[in-house]
Amino acid sequence: MTPYLSLAIWVPIVAAVAVLVLGRDRDAGRARWIALIGALAGFLVTIPLYTHFDKTTSAMQFVERASWIPYFDIYYHLGVDGISVLFVLLNSFTTVLVVWAGWEVIKTRVAQYMAAFLIMSGLINGAFAALDAILFYVYFEAMLIPMYLIIGVWGGERRVYAAIKFFLYTLLGSLLMLVAFIYLYQQSGGSFALADWYVLPLSLKTQVLLFVAFFAAFAVKVPMWPVHTWLPDAHTEAPTGGSVVLAAITLKIGAYGFVRFILPIVPDASHHLSGFVITLSLIAIVYIGFVALVQADMKKLIAYSSISHMGFVTLGFFLFNQLGVEGGLVQMISHGFVSAAMFLCVGVLYDRMHTRMIADYGGVVNTMPKFAAFMMLFAMANAGLPATSGFVGEFLVILAAVQVNFWLAFLAALSLILGAAYTLWMYKRVIFGAPGNAHVAGLTDLSRREFWLLATVAAAVLIMGIFPKPFIDVMHVSVTDLLAHVAKSKI
Amino acid sequence: MTVSLLSVLPEIVVLVGASMLLLVDLFLTDRQRHIGYWLAQLTLLVAAYVTMRTMSVDVLRVFHNLVVDDLVGDFLRIFSFIAVSLVLFYSRAYMEARGLFRGETFVLILFALLGMQVLITANSFLTLYLGLELMSLALYALVAIQRDERAPAEAAMKYFVLGALASGFLLYGMSMVYGATGSLEIDRIAQAVLGRTDNPILLILGLVFIVSAIAFKLGAVPYHMWVPDVYHGAPTAITLLIASAPKFAAFALILRLLAGAMGGTEFGWQGMLVVMSVLSVTFGHIVAIAQTNIKRMLAYSTIANMGYVLMGFMAADVTGYSAAMFYIVAYVLTTLGAFGVVMLLSRRGFEADTLDDLKGLNQRSPWWAFIMLLVMFSLAGMPPTVGFYAKLLVLQAAIKADFVWLAIVGVLAALLGAFYYLRVVKLMYFDAPVDQEPIEARTDTRFLLSANGLVLLLLGVLPQPLMGLCALALVHSQYY
Repeated sequence: MTPYLSLAIWVPIVAAVAVLVLGRDRDAGRARWIALIGALAGFLVTIPLYTHFDKTTSAMQFVERASWIPYFDIYYHLGVDGISVLFVLLNSFTTVLVVWAGWEVIKTRVAQYMAAFLIMSGLINGAFAALDAILFYVYFEAMLIPMYLIIGVWGGERRVYAAIKFFLYTLLGSLLMLVAFIYLYQQSGGSFALADWYVLPLSLKTQVLLFVAFFAAFAVKVPMWPVHTWLPDAHTEAPTGGSVVLAAITLKIGAYGFVRFILPIVPDASHHLSGFVITLSLIAIVYIGFVALVQADMKKLIAYSSISHMGFVTLGFFLFNQLGVEGGLVQMISHGFVSAAMFLCVGVLYDRMHTRMIADYGGVVNTMPKFAAFMMLFAMANAGLPATSGFVGEFLVILAAVQVNFWLAFLAALSLILGAAYTLWMYKRVIFGAPGNAHVAGLTDLSRREFWLLATVAAAVLIMGIFPKPFIDVMHVSVTDLLAHVAKSKI
Repeated sequence: MTVSLLSVLPEIVVLVGASMLLLVDLFLTDRQRHIGYWLAQLTLLVAAYVTMRTMSVDVLRVFHNLVVDDLVGDFLRIFSFIAVSLVLFYSRAYMEARGLFRGETFVLILFALLGMQVLITANSFLTLYLGLELMSLALYALVAIQRDERAPAEAAMKYFVLGALASGFLLYGMSMVYGATGSLEIDRIAQAVLGRTDNPILLILGLVFIVSAIAFKLGAVPYHMWVPDVYHGAPTAITLLIASAPKFAAFALILRLLAGAMGGTEFGWQGMLVVMSVLSVTFGHIVAIAQTNIKRMLAYSTIANMGYVLMGFMAADVTGYSAAMFYIVAYVLTTLGAFGVVMLLSRRGFEADTLDDLKGLNQRSPWWAFIMLLVMFSLAGMPPTVGFYAKLLVLQAAIKADFVWLAIVGVLAALLGAFYYLRVVKLMYFDAPVDQEPIEARTDTRFLLSANGLVLLLLGVLPQPLMGLCALALVHSQYY
């Protein structure tokens, strides 16, 4: 059997090494082409993960297992189920986008830039596919290093502050999680396998402490209010590609941690503390939505809207019903497309004007009609318009919330209004009206590369909005099984 | 050859090598100093070969129980040879440019190494003390080897005065333990302590002095004051030496004294180690943040790292000891790389010892910036470098010994540490270079330093061999 998951991890990393070795700063073209080929190859090897995926089982598929560190009984153990498989695909797809998006835009140290993204891509696939806690942790932590460099080297003015804040914030959470891992290793009699931890009985007190440690790691990554403050800085200062990967993928690892680690390992604590998580999620949805409304910086606005949208994800997970968890997962994928698209759009503008401030624009539609059309679509998707992917996830989560409590659903649904308000208001100020200034009047419309880049994402957003069934079908059995597992007490 | 001589053959080789070097050096002109250098390297190679050949899993006690030849000792000796050899390779250009490339330096380095070897294989308080003093005296002299300069002389004075005080502590503690147990031999003391019926007060008092002396030699808070001054004041080549091989000796010192002789009183020393460990990891990391001199920063980083080593020892079982050993090996490898790069940036008439000298290294040389990046992330304990597994092992040892809170303190302190390691990466990658001189180095230095850096990554991806080695060494020792 072909080790598709290993290929998904190592093809981009090997390509990154090739880019570094062969790409010279003087000859940036070669680095770009090798990187693009590497990213495409990395995406192609993940396609069989979908086509050969068995939708009728919740068991791990494409499993690879080899002894890695016998001293600790650690295995190189990979596998995907309905929950994780789509994220491997999403990540490899996004990598192609960011390599393509950075094509002419990045002019300094191109080889290092491309290599950093390819390494990130491999590590992220590893994190989604790892079934051994230490293996997961290695991928989870190691991906901070390339992201730190991406923000710090190619970022905006306050890049150093943003990079260090991003790194230390996420490190704090993951270090506590490491302690939890070692504790579980002791409790389970010397195993780092997730499957063993799923069936390990734990007292409620232990579960609550473990919940706190895991929560520290994943809530920071998602990010949930009030540990979200690194994200607006990191997203704003990162180069376009960095923002795309951060928003589309790395946030998803936080949410993925909730379903892969927290819910099945500490189910009783999860039930016990669900009110706490739901409250934080609602604060994120409503309060952060208001915060987004007042942003003057486009990237900051999208960053806050990401936090608000991710609130739906955590809300859905802690409702403990099929619709909620599936809605959360769909929302994750949809947000992967939509936030990527929004950041790409801002990137297109930024490359021309070198400003992210809404006030510096106005009337862009006069000079960039094609761009305005694309951005319209993405803005609508961000606001959750039906027939775009943004609608499906939010709708499912709101349905799930109605089953639990009407007022919960009511508060969550406020997001649809707020989302429309901040996204469309920004759109109006940037795009419509007479040209705001001489710079806007001199803008050129999308280049062919930019056009096809945005068209690709637009297609994904529409397909998922109109026909979400292929996505939901994949996860259905795994989610049913997860909920059945979580419903059982481990005490 | 008798079995007892075989056990100390590496010591004999180093002693003969050092003595020969002393003689040969008399007849060398200044242009032939490299002969002395290669003679020292040859001595190390032969010593390593001999140790490898005479290695066995048996625990041999020879020379009337004065010396023990076990697997831990063999491994630590080989690691010391490798470390000293790398020190010589990395610092050759540095020493040449500063008039340190002379016979005295090599002889003193070899005698310091001999002291370490004696210490590593000691089975009696007497041999232990002898080895410690031989090592320390040679190191004091090495720190002051640039005798016309003010900073090294001051550093040497501080090192000497405080070191002598610590040795006094150790002797005082040893004499009390001798009084309580009636023996100087480590295994006999261990038996006496286990079957102890009388004089626990005397024993505990002796233990306090011994632990203080150990903490001093290791550089753990609150006995750390010499570390930053010596690291800063000594020529970088000597700093590198002090930061590398003697850590193996310090590990042996703790192992022989606490795990060996005082193994039955872990209730007594565990608590002391916990306190010193907590203080070291927090204080070391916090003070390191404020440093602008890279040698001082690495000195405080050493203090913090030794706190993690103590965390491994505190578990007081074979898992903990092998965790501490893995930590020490990983730490020394990383430190060698760190100072190696710092020396690479120095040249005749220019000391690259402030953090600003690292600015824009990625633009000057992406390769060395990458090596230093690996070093920094290894010190910070980030995967995929060896430093991560070092932290994982000691944290696991602490949690296994039911010190979950200590592990949490450990990871929170690691977060503090990450800040200043990240700052170094920031200087190298995010800032523009100040110094534009090309980086030149000998081919052997380039090759070994690159290999050194890549080993950090390699052991970070495949740590099993080193973990297995450390566990093997300790399982086959008398502490199991």
